[in-house]
Amino acid sequence: MELTPGLYHMLFLSSALFFIGVYGFFTRRNLVTMLMSIELILNSVNLNFIAFNKYLWPGQLDGLFFTLFIIAIAAAEAAVAIAIIINLYRCHKSVDVEEARNLKY
Amino acid sequence: MPSLLNIILIPLLPLLSFVWLGLSGRRQNHPMAGWLATAFMLVSLLLSIQTAFAYFSGAGMAGDSYRPMLVWDLEWLPFTATAEGLAIHTGILLDPISVMMLIVVTSISCMVHLFSLGYMKGEQRFGMYYAYLGLFTFSMLGLVLSSNIFQMYMFWELVGVSSFLLIGFYYQKPAAVAAAKKAFIVTRFADLGFLLGILVLSYYGGSMDFNQLIQSLTSPESNELQEAQRDSFMGLSALSWGLSLVFIGGASKSALFPLHIWLPDAMEGPTPVSALIHAATMVVAGVYLVARLFPVYALSAPDILQMIGWTGAISALIAALIACTQTDIKRVLAYSTMSQIGFMVLALGVSGYADGNNLGFTASMFHLSTHAVFKALLFLCAGAVIHYVHSNEMDQMGGLRKQMPITHISFLLACLAISGFPFLAGFFSKEEILLAAYTNYKPIFWIAIFTSALTAFYMFRLYFRIFWHKPYHAAHHDDHHGEGTWTMKWPLLILALGTVFAGYIPFSRFVSATGKPFHTSLHIEFSIAPVGLALLGIAAAYYLYGRQSARPEQMQKSLGFLYTSLKSKLFIDELYLFITRNIIFGILGKWAAWIDKHIVDGLMNGLADLIQWIAQKIRRVQSGRVQDYALYFLIAILGLLLCAKWFNQF
Repeated sequence: MELTPGLYHMLFLSSALFFIGVYGFFTRRNLVTMLMSIELILNSVNLNFIAFNKYLWPGQLDGLFFTLFIIAIAAAEAAVAIAIIINLYRCHKSVDVEEARNLKY
Repeated sequence: MPSLLNIILIPLLPLLSFVWLGLSGRRQNHPMAGWLATAFMLVSLLLSIQTAFAYFSGAGMAGDSYRPMLVWDLEWLPFTATAEGLAIHTGILLDPISVMMLIVVTSISCMVHLFSLGYMKGEQRFGMYYAYLGLFTFSMLGLVLSSNIFQMYMFWELVGVSSFLLIGFYYQKPAAVAAAKKAFIVTRFADLGFLLGILVLSYYGGSMDFNQLIQSLTSPESNELQEAQRDSFMGLSALSWGLSLVFIGGASKSALFPLHIWLPDAMEGPTPVSALIHAATMVVAGVYLVARLFPVYALSAPDILQMIGWTGAISALIAALIACTQTDIKRVLAYSTMSQIGFMVLALGVSGYADGNNLGFTASMFHLSTHAVFKALLFLCAGAVIHYVHSNEMDQMGGLRKQMPITHISFLLACLAISGFPFLAGFFSKEEILLAAYTNYKPIFWIAIFTSALTAFYMFRLYFRIFWHKPYHAAHHDDHHGEGTWTMKWPLLILALGTVFAGYIPFSRFVSATGKPFHTSLHIEFSIAPVGLALLGIAAAYYLYGRQSARPEQMQKSLGFLYTSLKSKLFIDELYLFITRNIIFGILGKWAAWIDKHIVDGLMNGLADLIQWIAQKIRRVQSGRVQDYALYFLIAILGLLLCAKWFNQF
């Protein structure tokens, strides 16, 4: 039997990616890894958009445009996040989020 | 009729001098500042005389009586869009009493300006003094010319402020500061009554304009009057309430019992100021106010008018009694002023409105004018004496008639005038008052005639103590500057002339309640009693104080408690202090403070404590860990999803 990927496959893949990202974001203490988890979450959303666009809204480009926007914003976010991480490293000599908890009550 | 510009310039010139000198500050302490202000006042006086001449010589006549003329009228604050709705106007009203007051105010003010050139010479805030005098004169002229009651109220307050500034002129002296505060608080407190009265009257009368107000509240068939008499509160009709409240305002400005307590203390101000404000002009504002609304009082609320008459009579008597015991010469004069204002008010109280029965009104206005002249003269003489002796106390004086001949003669004339000595100014006006009281209301007449004898006694007590009594010893100062500069002597001489001749003005030909001139004649047989009593008073004063003797001491001892209570002004000040300090501050104030501190503040503090307590409990949430925040975020999103699912909105 030939396996053709359908909408459900795509959705399964994207939710798997999303929850892997969420898990990584909550459990990792290294800021760079956390940033990578965020990228995973964003990409799972992108995948969702593409899949829905292809299977439920064929011939249209709305989902694709959303995806493009998200990629662009993700790039900007990565730039900002990495800048923050570098500064944090300069202060604490570490990128461990457990160390950076000065901003509290 | 003189042009509008001339009339407007009368109050504006003093205002100009106030603005000019007030803005120049210290640079204007040069004597020129005083000359400038005096010149402005002189122009203002000439314009007033011209206005009065034009008004009385024909412009004001309509038929056989004088009519009020609204020479300028401006709708200032309209409250409704329609033309008939409520609006506050400003305007200039000329009628016999306002024209008369113009002359009185500008002439006395001019004399005081001139006198102050010598009296205040070398004073540190010389320019400021003249600025305040200008402000006062402007406000008083504005008050006099006001065409509606609200405009009058504004000038009324301005007069109060300038009085405050001038009483407190020597602000380094704690007594002057206290006196200024006292005057301001007492009059301001009573002005609350005035304001309420204005609101009541204008609500029922439907207008703030004097002419319309009088018209709607006096004609018996008008709806406004019927409504004002029908509505009642605590047993008095709305009209009576309005008129009494307005009178309370007037009573405090005119220092009538029991609101007179500020006037004797106000003598802390410079003496020329006392002559201008606290003898001749501002303190008669209350009399003027009642005279302004006189038709309403006389026609619609005769019971209130009678109460006003009694207030005047009681003030006159009490003030005369107290004046007999005071030793500060300015305080004696202050109480004498209060007593004479009592006379004016009682004259209004016993007057009727209709032609032939309104002698009291004319007499009151006549006495107002003559009193302004001779009382200003008395104060200026007292100023000259104080200038010479450097003290207010009688004990430092005596035998000054050789050192100060001009002052002596002027003072004697003024004393004779105020005592009602025949053919001086006070004689004519006082006889008219007594005659009006005699024909209309006997009880007040007996009080008035007794007071008039007392007046002669205490005025001559003052005269003998200053100019006779004992030889003058210039012990503590040898730097004799003589009697004063000619700028101090001339006003005395001019006012002395006024004291002699002001009584011959045929006053009833100009001023009467209805505007219709009438003729008064002197009743020689009626004058015998008052003049006899006055002579008796003078003789008693001579017997006690003509020469230094032990007689006054014996008198004081034999009178005992009566003397001590009069000497301490009948304990009225103490009563006020008791009421304010013990009852208002001690009982009411204490409770109010307790409620404020414990209940109002307590509620606020409790709320703040509660919020702080909650904040302490929940602040752990803000841990500073990024992942915690992310977790909250996730939980919140899931919660929202659940909610949406729950409400079936997803």
